[in-house]
Amino acid sequence: MEKKEILVLEELLGSNKKIAAEIRKKLEEKGILTINLLSSPGSGKTTLLERIAEKLKPDYRMAVIEGDIETERDAERIRAKGIPAWQIITGGACHLEAKMVGKIFPEIPADLDFLFIENVGNLVCPASYDLGERIRCTLLSIPEGDDKPKKYPKAFTTSDCLIITKTDLLPALPFNLEHAQKEALELNPKLSIFTTSALKDAGIDELIEYFIATLLKLRQKNA
Amino acid sequence: MHELSIVASLFEILEEKAKEKKAEKITSVKLKVGALSGVVPEFLETAFNIYKKDTIADEAELKIEEVPLKVKCEKCGAEIIKNDYVFICEKCDSRELKTLAGTELLLEKIELEV
Ligand SMILES: Nc1nc2c(ncn2[C@@H]2O[C@H](COP(=O)(O)OP(=O)(O)O)[C@@H](O)[C@H]2O)c(=O)[nH]1
Ligand SMILES: [Mg+2]
Ligand SMILES: [Zn+2]
Repeated sequence: MEKKEILVLEELLGSNKKIAAEIRKKLEEKGILTINLLSSPGSGKTTLLERIAEKLKPDYRMAVIEGDIETERDAERIRAKGIPAWQIITGGACHLEAKMVGKIFPEIPADLDFLFIENVGNLVCPASYDLGERIRCTLLSIPEGDDKPKKYPKAFTTSDCLIITKTDLLPALPFNLEHAQKEALELNPKLSIFTTSALKDAGIDELIEYFIATLLKLRQKNA
Repeated sequence: MHELSIVASLFEILEEKAKEKKAEKITSVKLKVGALSGVVPEFLETAFNIYKKDTIADEAELKIEEVPLKVKCEKCGAEIIKNDYVFICEKCDSRELKTLAGTELLLEKIELEV
């Protein structure tokens, strides 16, 4: 019996990264903009997607991948808007992984403009998993409190975009919008920040403009 | 709590390496875990000890090196350890910082019996 030490230097999430990179390449070649939505449970991801679906449907083609620990409910809510949706039931896992998206990949129509992925409600674990998205958005709702960016830094440092949701509740709750924005930008100076209320239809048009502008940039790069 | 699924990925690599080297046992596993890796070292350790039973790393010891977030200012060149994750240079106030270390989640080395 002989003892040996071996230098490995392999990333533990290397295989997820590799699959994600393949997915990203294929989607972007088709000119599809993929957006991964992260947040705690109940921050308003599905409701926001319902509003976005209503607004995009006349002019753009979108589809949604829903990640949940249990139930088809969120996918059904999206389908009710006339939008194709797939439900990934993780059966306990607290995050989506690239290989789960890879399984759906063959069913994704090639002529899409936008593919949204609603991750499992959790502000910690999904941040470690690249799904092949072009844009990662973290949602933070007013009832969660303005101290969350510093408490859950990874979601904010790895995102391109922060959406502060349920702004209609600002008058009722002690949420300091400036403070939350300042702390988020300290973690990640490149964040694009939007404030929305799905209930009052506020700020969603600006968010959609950002998605459309990013889609155009992607297609210009392809052309 | 995604530490268990990360440990599952770790064991995939361990099995592969053991096979490659025709090892009978893995006796030690050394990880590098960045402060911004998104995992909690204690949970990783618990998950590792649950997972290792009846595997080639049954008796392996897990060593975790915690790596702090280290950035470099692209303006003034200062290299700074950031425990507060504030991406602003303490020397010149620039927000153009490059991350040098602290986001990694790495299997650094292993010890085998062959
Ligand atoms: N006041 C208010 N409530 C909202 C808003 N958006 C969503 N909600 C409510 O928040 C709850 C959770 O929303 P949902 O979209 O299911 O969150 P998800 O778990 O992130 O998908 C529901 O009761 C929604 O009606 C909003 O803009 N304002
Ligand atoms: Mg939902
Ligand atoms: Zn500086």
